[in-house]
Amino acid sequence: MTSRAETFATVKAQIEPFNAKGVDLTEATSFVGDLEWDSLTIMDFVAEIEDAFDVVITMNMQAEIETVGQLVDAVEKLKD
Amino acid sequence: MTEAPMPDKPVVRAGGSPDLFAKFDPLIKQREDLLATGQQDPFSLVMEKVESPTVAICNGNRTILLGTYNYMGMTFDPDVIAAGKKALDEFGSGTTGSRVLNGTYQGHKACEEALKDFYAMDHAMVFSTGYQANLGIISVLAGKDDYVVIDTDSHASIYDGCAMGNAQIVAFRHNDVAALEKRLKRLPADAGKLVVLEGVYSMLGDVAPLKEMVRICKDAGAMVLVDEAHSMGFIGENGRGVAEDQGVIDDVDFIIGTFSKSVGTVGGFCVSNHPKFEILRLVCRPYVFTASLPPSVVATAETSIRKLMHGSNKRAHLWENSKRLHGGLKDLGFTLGTETPQSAIIAVIMPDLEQGAAMWQALLENGLYVNLARPPATPANMTLLRCSLCAEHTAQQVSEILGIFEKSGKAVGII
Repeated sequence: MTSRAETFATVKAQIEPFNAKGVDLTEATSFVGDLEWDSLTIMDFVAEIEDAFDVVITMNMQAEIETVGQLVDAVEKLKD
Repeated sequence: MTEAPMPDKPVVRAGGSPDLFAKFDPLIKQREDLLATGQQDPFSLVMEKVESPTVAICNGNRTILLGTYNYMGMTFDPDVIAAGKKALDEFGSGTTGSRVLNGTYQGHKACEEALKDFYAMDHAMVFSTGYQANLGIISVLAGKDDYVVIDTDSHASIYDGCAMGNAQIVAFRHNDVAALEKRLKRLPADAGKLVVLEGVYSMLGDVAPLKEMVRICKDAGAMVLVDEAHSMGFIGENGRGVAEDQGVIDDVDFIIGTFSKSVGTVGGFCVSNHPKFEILRLVCRPYVFTASLPPSVVATAETSIRKLMHGSNKRAHLWENSKRLHGGLKDLGFTLGTETPQSAIIAVIMPDLEQGAAMWQALLENGLYVNLARPPATPANMTLLRCSLCAEHTAQQVSEILGIFEKSGKAVGII
């Protein structure tokens, strides 16, 4: 697996506990639109992602991230 | 000729441009549904008369106030009132100007001197509100490549201070020492860092583990700002707050506070020992671009702050009240925000907004006012009935309060 594919797999696994509606997860899945997460859920989830990859995702960056694919890209960039 | 639009007729905009109020429709509907059940609007109560720090007339009824932040009961202190009246007579009703132009009177300087004495710090800067103090200090301190690290349960003024500036904002899980430490370690070592903490978090009334947190911040080279709005006057040996109580006040770079709680009027401040602190008066926009506090307000604040320096008996009584109410509500079967009483705030957790609003109204009808707090102001989407005690509540009033909670809780079916 490429690094990006691995990151995608890890992100997917991290989403599952928060995926109350059982939404099918793709690159285009949106956190607010499809997963219907509120701001508290997003905060908890971001904390999990940060710890999983040992990175910091600032609130400034979070404002730009809408979909799973965008999050994977952001994590890939931060890991470098 | 076109007809003049009727006042109740929606305006049609060119190009189908939407009504900017459309985004509030869900909230408008939620309110209408709630009020349609006969529920009194919990967010538009009027205090018709205020008899003392603990009693007001609401809807014509004598009501015990248990949701005011008037922790030390200074609002009717005779010395405080006399100082305000004197300043009103001698300096007029307002300054009509900015602190940096015509709006700094002798009273503003005297108020800042009182704060320096109260906190034993070198510098004090008085703002027109506590909200503006956080807005101004946080936004001006951290620049574009700096980091501001905040607790997820931070007050709106802290979030808004972050939004107003252009620093990088990092949040960590509420009161989680390890989460803070991990995030600080992940930041670039050479970046400027400001960690913003609160002594008492106002929704649940819980206290921050400042001792550990401040040490971690210092180890990471971060500056530390602590908002002590809800602890000034009664936590710590000299009432300086949680940082004093936990023995770390000397390592805190900035303390933010307010006059609208224990001090009993309105206004905000920042105190610090930083040698360059005074420059903030020229660069802090919420300080510069607003009118300064009226002379009567700074006079009441100064008098109140000086009296709070000698308030140890009142402090002890406030703690007694807090412990008794916490224990009493727990015994009645209510779910509380904290396992033990940690401050003068006791949050009673409601099953949902509807039952919370019903309980709020039952308490009011039985002669007790508390704050109804609901999302998004509350953590974890909770609906809370927030009780804040006053040093002027008598033991008899605390008994009365517990009686009203029992009667109302049973009527609404919460206990």
